[in-house]
Amino acid sequence: MGYQGGWIQRLLRSGSGHGGTLLGFAIAAGLLSLPALVFGADVAPAAPTEYRDIPYVGSRNVIWVVAQLHLLLAGFVLGVPMFAWVCEVVAWRGGEKRYDKLAKEFTKLLTSAYSTTALFGGILLFLLIAFYPKLMNYLTDIFFPSFIVYCILFLVETATLYLYWYGWDAMQYGGKKTFHIFLGLMLNVFAFFIMIIPNSWATFQSSPVVIAEGTDMARAWAATWNPTWWPVNIHRIIANVVLGGYICGAYAGIRYLSAKTPEERDHYDWMGYVGNFIGVFGLLALPFAGYWLMREIYQYNQQMGITLMGGFLSWLFILQAMLIGVLFLGSNYYFWLGITYRIPGSALKYRKPMLAMLVVLLLCLAVWMTPHSLVASLEEAAKMGGSHHPLLGVLGVMSAKMTVSNLMILVTFMSFIMYWRAGKQDTAGWAKIAKAIMGAILVLAGVAVIILGVWGYFVPAIIRINYFSTSQVLIVIGVMLTITPLTALLMKSAKTTTEMAWGKMPPRAGYSLVLNAIMVILLMTLMGYARSSSRVHWHVYGVVRDTSQYAFSPALGYASGIMALCTFFFCMIVAFIFWVATMGDKAKAVSASPSKGELPHGMPAMAGASSALDAPKAPKF
Amino acid sequence: MGPIIKLILLNVVTYLILKFVLPNVPGSAPLPASLIFLYLLLTTSGFLILATVSAESKEEFWGPIQRFLVGDGIGGLQALRWVVLILFPLLVGWQTYNSTAVSDAPPGENRTIHPAPPGEYAGLSNPVPKTPETIQQGKGFYAAFCSPCHGGNFDGKGSAARGFNPPPANFADPTTIAMLQESYLFWRIKKGGVGLPIEGMPWKSAMPRWELELPDEWIWKIIMGEYDGAHQSPRTWE
Repeated sequence: MGYQGGWIQRLLRSGSGHGGTLLGFAIAAGLLSLPALVFGADVAPAAPTEYRDIPYVGSRNVIWVVAQLHLLLAGFVLGVPMFAWVCEVVAWRGGEKRYDKLAKEFTKLLTSAYSTTALFGGILLFLLIAFYPKLMNYLTDIFFPSFIVYCILFLVETATLYLYWYGWDAMQYGGKKTFHIFLGLMLNVFAFFIMIIPNSWATFQSSPVVIAEGTDMARAWAATWNPTWWPVNIHRIIANVVLGGYICGAYAGIRYLSAKTPEERDHYDWMGYVGNFIGVFGLLALPFAGYWLMREIYQYNQQMGITLMGGFLSWLFILQAMLIGVLFLGSNYYFWLGITYRIPGSALKYRKPMLAMLVVLLLCLAVWMTPHSLVASLEEAAKMGGSHHPLLGVLGVMSAKMTVSNLMILVTFMSFIMYWRAGKQDTAGWAKIAKAIMGAILVLAGVAVIILGVWGYFVPAIIRINYFSTSQVLIVIGVMLTITPLTALLMKSAKTTTEMAWGKMPPRAGYSLVLNAIMVILLMTLMGYARSSSRVHWHVYGVVRDTSQYAFSPALGYASGIMALCTFFFCMIVAFIFWVATMGDKAKAVSASPSKGELPHGMPAMAGASSALDAPKAPKF
Repeated sequence: MGPIIKLILLNVVTYLILKFVLPNVPGSAPLPASLIFLYLLLTTSGFLILATVSAESKEEFWGPIQRFLVGDGIGGLQALRWVVLILFPLLVGWQTYNSTAVSDAPPGENRTIHPAPPGEYAGLSNPVPKTPETIQQGKGFYAAFCSPCHGGNFDGKGSAARGFNPPPANFADPTTIAMLQESYLFWRIKKGGVGLPIEGMPWKSAMPRWELELPDEWIWKIIMGEYDGAHQSPRTWE
């Protein structure tokens, strides 16, 4: 560097010797701007530019990372308002102010993340125009009308968010509160449309509907209503709730770990619980939406369906199973920790049900993670008669996967019900019958799901997909819709035997919340790669071919590296956003803290909140 | 029995079942090491989850390990502690070296059995009407051209099957042709093993390229005969 600096200075001095500081500056500026020429390096003078590249990194990698970060940020920004608004409504109707405080805290994170999302959207747009001018020209030609709608929606969404956030304290009571709730609703409505419009552009690339004739509006409309648009819309709405919930949970987990007062510990323990609950709530529905999406993709094009589910991308679904498995285990673990730590004396009582649920979860996970084509050495493959195990190979197909995912959902739901009921004693006369009915429903549902799963091997694929898998989903939904109100009724008259003690969770509860958030982010980066790669060498499947040097699918190992990088960047961005968002609170806390020499009321707990509670003797409350 | 011993025993028992019991179940085969490792990982994870779910169980499991590692009140076990502290990093280093060092062992097989078909085959449908006569004709063609390898019972156990590794596909297995559309089979029969994409490892398939021998109509009839004979149905969307 030192050598280079001297060289530039000498150049500037040579210019001044001839009376030209300006000339020297111009030469130096010209030399410094040389790297910019690479953007046009492969441009033929006469033909329009189709692609531009960036040296060393590669244009595709840059787009990949920026698009993924934008999508993750957007998922958070669109997911959080949904449950922030629900929390506000709960506080408004039920009168519990802590829900209003929680909703405000969620929205505080949202406002900081919103501008970053827009910033990444802008960067992505500029980079796409710069690197893929031919493709962007094509997409603009088709989607121009929706671009306009999108811009208007963005303006309206921004204005609504400003009003919603800055008007929070001013609109707390009476008619103003009602108006604030209305603003929250509109925020979600606009956010929904802001999500589905870009979804139409992305899904068009995978399953294009191109009509040659008609007005701009007719062409745009036809392209928008492509076969995978609604499946992706539904899948993303749910995924956004899951992402938002788990990230808020991770935020609460970190704040809990660094909490210095009992009040902070109580609040962030509770917030972590709510975040995990929201994440789990979405997670229960996500596999259904994913299944529907894959079905539509397969039906749209057999090649794309097999590339994803049976071809070279099928390994991604084994990775997906691992990540979802960790997520299910992590969420259940958090529930179980909640039972044993927040409800003193319940550790022994619930150990057996926990063991039973854990065994079912692990067995299901083992099935979900068993691939159809196994990784084996030549010797092992020869013994198996190929890469397909004669006995365990049957676990590698959708009938088995769908069955175990439904069972895992059932177990996680029961985990929540167990948490709900812990520390309470039924007083209703019909409690025994209700519990017997709930037990019977659960067992029958589990048996029915397994029978349908096994039967699915012996019927035509279309029967399995359209009827059996759908029935499995309906059975699980039916269980939830029956047991939830029954439990709610029982809880209404139940006597609380042990009060829920917030702020008593061990450090690993906070870490498990962070782990869950990282799993979700990794999952989204994984599925982002799967969706893009399923188009193989097409920008727009079957319509606009990728003729760049990057018209190949990156290897899975390489792709995993980029996914990890995206996850790391996103976590850093989110950490920065949260740090900025909470800076004001910390300043307020410092100004309100006791004067020097006076001890604070809360006991500082170093990165562990209540690690002392890991001692075998639980503290008295 | 302490939880650490339980964890070791659980893993040993699981390993023995996966390694020696499961392969001897009728119709089974030895499990690859990758799958055994996966299942052992799940067993260990499950144990750790249960062991740390309450303060008491965590102390019971982790307490002795922690005390041993920090040398807190372990009396005569100090020497063993030093052995563990020295040997454990060496073991990790040895394992890392083993997994990254250049080896003359062939790489693990990661063959995709059902790779994606080329785009031109994806949308095809069987042009031959499905009648008892055409199905019977298809079975006849199958008996002549396919059964020597794929077997008269459509189970992949033809008279020539033992000569091939990997063996010919078993059509009676519900995870093979029942998962696929007819157009997929048309592609596979027409183009044979050499027509497989790279992830399908074309060098590992002895399937002939039947387009050189059979007209398309015969291939479509064979497909109908195969499904009917194996008691399977092709994947459809209606």
